[in-house]
Amino acid sequence: MERLDGNAIGGVLAEIFGTEMTVAVGVCGSCGTTGQMAEMHVYVRAPGIVARCPGCESVLVKIVQSERRTWLDFSGLRTMQIDATPPPAAGR
Amino acid sequence: MPISRGFRGRRSPVDDDVAGRVPPGQHLVDDFPVLSAGPTPHTPLDEWSFEIRGAAEPVSWTWQEFRDLPSESVTVDIHCVTKWSKIDTSWEGVSVDTLLDVVEHDAAYLLAFCDGGYTTNLPVEDVTDGKAWLAYSYEGEPLDPEHGGPVRLLVPHLYFWKSAKWVRGFVLRDEDEPGFWESNGYHLYGDPWREQRYWGD
Amino acid sequence: MAGAAVLGRLTWLVAKVVGVAAETARVRTIVLDVPGWPGHRAGQHLDVRLTAEDGYQAQRSYSIASPPGEPLSITVEELDDGEVSPYLTRELREGDEIEVRGPIGGYFVWEPGGKDPLLLVAGGSGIVPLMAMVRHRAATGDRTPTRLVYSSRRIDEVLYAGELEELESRGDGLEVAVTLTREQPPGWNGYARRVDTELMREVAWAPEQHPAVFICGSTGFVEAAAGALVALGHDPLGIKTERFGATGGG
Repeated sequence: MERLDGNAIGGVLAEIFGTEMTVAVGVCGSCGTTGQMAEMHVYVRAPGIVARCPGCESVLVKIVQSERRTWLDFSGLRTMQIDATPPPAAGR
Repeated sequence: MPISRGFRGRRSPVDDDVAGRVPPGQHLVDDFPVLSAGPTPHTPLDEWSFEIRGAAEPVSWTWQEFRDLPSESVTVDIHCVTKWSKIDTSWEGVSVDTLLDVVEHDAAYLLAFCDGGYTTNLPVEDVTDGKAWLAYSYEGEPLDPEHGGPVRLLVPHLYFWKSAKWVRGFVLRDEDEPGFWESNGYHLYGDPWREQRYWGD
Repeated sequence: MAGAAVLGRLTWLVAKVVGVAAETARVRTIVLDVPGWPGHRAGQHLDVRLTAEDGYQAQRSYSIASPPGEPLSITVEELDDGEVSPYLTRELREGDEIEVRGPIGGYFVWEPGGKDPLLLVAGGSGIVPLMAMVRHRAATGDRTPTRLVYSSRRIDEVLYAGELEELESRGDGLEVAVTLTREQPPGWNGYARRVDTELMREVAWAPEQHPAVFICGSTGFVEAAAGALVALGHDPLGIKTERFGATGGG
């Protein structure tokens, strides 16, 4: 099954967090790999969304959405850093 | 919200003669969608084993021992919580009864565990008395890794997330402990006929 | 507007189709009018949601093909086993309405005015967000030295071919290298190999030039292309990637 990356859940994450999240930084609770959410290995063809660490494939994030409810499990991430003013895009 | 004129998705129309076999909220599909929560594991058969833990003693079967067990062909309807259903799917597998019969236990529940880390919880009475199999073949062919091969759990009377792919064993328990999806919104039991998709349904 | 799109709370907006144009036999560009659209940056995508009469919904993401300031458009490839793409490429017509959510993405975006050269690597329909960047560069008169490496299976699957030729002919620092990996037309004197270290060695900027790199395509393509660049000595931190669900282009 082909995997995607965190860009594919940019919309869902922005909807949940109210801000652009693909540049947010996460630290894997299992192996310590630190990177931007865009770099997570993401599986969207599941009963929910699963995002895994690009370093060790441990589950970082699970998201399930029904019509009215959203369930989040971010327990695989030890820490997340969200920038109110995201860093400038490439080219600047 | 606007209706997208002419959009149907990939759903097949339901004939009257099968309508009664499609649970509420489900639609039929012709293909066999592949859903996955992670990379496809590839365990070599000479390293594969199935284990039952949590009883007086753990019991395990190698691939050869597993394939030497009596097996059966079954044709069942399957229902995925993502709303697709497939009727008359044919499988070959070992009835879970065959394995649990050799284990001395009085557990009411089990947690199935799999290569790749997936888990799902089930009451023992929902995988016994001919209700569940460890399936190694689909439509006459060895089960494809992307569909859970070499062996997946097959529990057709519950939503298909309970039919765990790449299953490697059961842990027998006194309590019903939620697995991978059940701990994050999906229903603990998952009866498609009562539309038990999510917590509280 | 451009470059200053405030995301706010993302919400579904109604989009009216104001134009459809075939790019190739299986690929179509759809132009949308979206009241309330906040603007976007080159490289971002949007989510499309379709609702059938019985309430059944399906949702997919598509890269925005238009640069900031132009009418909003997406370019969609029809996938064989697709659920949404066949509808968008075959059924959808002018006047229809769909829902969109966006713009999405702060990671895979490009703004003009950088000091490093730009390397864009596209596999199949992965060209779409990179084309938004190329168009944005042209529209703003930016002169960042830019190389686009575009891998496609066959010449008739190459998107925006005429436009790319025209942009390259302006001589403002954009160079385009197309590689056709399955079939080449008679007289083809472009590349005919998959994107690998040999190809990258010839067409990419040298690592010492610290290019800003954007790679977009299927997971397999992206990993091969990124791997090739890293093997040549490029800094992995300078490489941004976006993986599509579709295959194609190599």
